[in-house]
Amino acid sequence: MSTAIAIAAAVQAGQSARIEVDHALERAQRDTTNAVIRIHAERARAAASRVDQRIAAGERLPLAGVPIAVKDNLCVEGLETTACSKILAGFIPPYTATAVARLEQAGAVVVATTNMDEFAFGSSNETSAYGPVRNPRDPTRIPGGSSGGSAAAVAAGIVPLALGSDTGGSIRQPASLCGVVGMKPTYGCVSRYGLIAFGSSLDQIGPLATTVADAGLCLEVMAGHDGFDSTSAQRPTAGLAAAGLNRTIPSGLRVGYVPAHATGLASGVAARLEAAKRQLAQAGATLVPIEMPHETYAVAVYYVIATGEAASNLSRFDGIRYGHRTAQPATLQALYGQSRAEGFGWEAKRRIMLGTYVLSTGYYDAYYRKAMQVRRLILDDYQQAFARCDALLGPASPTTAFRFGEKMKDPLQMYLSDIFTLATNLAGVPGIAVPFGADDDRLPVGMQLQAKQWEDAGLLRLAGALEALAAG
Amino acid sequence: MAITEQDIRHLCKLSSLSLGDAEINRMSKELEAIVGYVQQLQEVDTTGVEPIANVAGLENVTRPDVPAGMLTQRQALANAPQRNEVAILVPKVVER
Repeated sequence: MSTAIAIAAAVQAGQSARIEVDHALERAQRDTTNAVIRIHAERARAAASRVDQRIAAGERLPLAGVPIAVKDNLCVEGLETTACSKILAGFIPPYTATAVARLEQAGAVVVATTNMDEFAFGSSNETSAYGPVRNPRDPTRIPGGSSGGSAAAVAAGIVPLALGSDTGGSIRQPASLCGVVGMKPTYGCVSRYGLIAFGSSLDQIGPLATTVADAGLCLEVMAGHDGFDSTSAQRPTAGLAAAGLNRTIPSGLRVGYVPAHATGLASGVAARLEAAKRQLAQAGATLVPIEMPHETYAVAVYYVIATGEAASNLSRFDGIRYGHRTAQPATLQALYGQSRAEGFGWEAKRRIMLGTYVLSTGYYDAYYRKAMQVRRLILDDYQQAFARCDALLGPASPTTAFRFGEKMKDPLQMYLSDIFTLATNLAGVPGIAVPFGADDDRLPVGMQLQAKQWEDAGLLRLAGALEALAAG
Repeated sequence: MAITEQDIRHLCKLSSLSLGDAEINRMSKELEAIVGYVQQLQEVDTTGVEPIANVAGLENVTRPDVPAGMLTQRQALANAPQRNEVAILVPKVVER
């Protein structure tokens, strides 16, 4: 499979967009990982023909004819969108998410919808109403989550580019476990309009790709203010694509790392982290040990704030305007309660309960307000860290891909698998996972880089350099 | 922090979620474990720390007060599970 950049160049030079789109559709049909849950052949072929017409008319399209896949929580007008929940079965959005619309305007062609944890609640893709996704690197293992389908679709070579959403690591952790690049931009970089909301102060849409350069190009096309999302920032976003092309360590670069991260890592991940530090130092970077004293509380803070926001966001699913409605309810209240009970899976129910609990009278101060205070302390830790270094290096996940069922019995163990990615969202900073070799079982290991808010371009430059080091 | 089945029934009411008895029992145990974990936040000294709800530093983002981006009646009704030509149908709310 070619990169997105290579496909766009070929189509811009006159190759029909139909060729790569047809190849991607064929690969999606043959998918054995359950990454793809819906294929949009007719729509994609029509879109490819329109790209050909636009190129023939002299337009320059940065993603001309690039086949992409989108996570099932991004609305596309006319295409069923369910967040992999039974409660949204059959939902056909009347509008398209801004991020997807911008990619299509730039010439990208949506060929498929990808599997995910229900409402993005999970780290293994095992909570999907469509069943789990198999990791393309080892089908007995999970792909990570919640954007497990998008990560697997890229890793399996079905599409060069896929969209995910990241509330606490849902792009970076599956990217790491599947061996692809995945980026969560600064909060406010990409419009959330048309993204089925999970944690509104945390959610960001971002790319999964085979290369940092493709991720940078995709992000540049999506980024920028959107009148439909008042939290999308009025900031210039040029230069992201160029940044992703960089292969060299900028002179004088200071890379921070948190020594405490070394404890509790799987041995294969620890070995790759040491290799990354060594190679960065050899390439001229200065490694700076950094203390993040409140990071240890990130999981607790996250599961208060994210579930509080989720419980509020999921209150819209009531069986009235869209989604599943129970048969023959006796009263309106029974209609709500039974429709929701029948439509939501167990993980969604648990998060609604927890979120309702932490927001309820008598507990709000002890949990929600306290979590918002510790969130500020975590943000302060990041600000102090970035006074001493330009970027933070660490593992994207404490382990490589685990086996199906391994963590489903114990929600806390599952939640702890996001321990290195949650704080990024709490602080609103950008983070990217870059493949950096494998463990002894040949399972991919991803390194995470984080930078301060709105240093997305600097982060992509460093990620490109780390990718070059990984290639040796 | 004990979370009783009675607590869960109260949360079910607050969140309009009907759970069966077995689910309520399982939920109370799982929530108790998670809330127990979250309890660690109490050890952090947050005296004088202002809570943060929005890390983007935005405040009072407004837009011109002009109608835009509206759905047609047909579009707005299209996904409703029970509807007629002009309205969404629900069980009787007011008894006469």
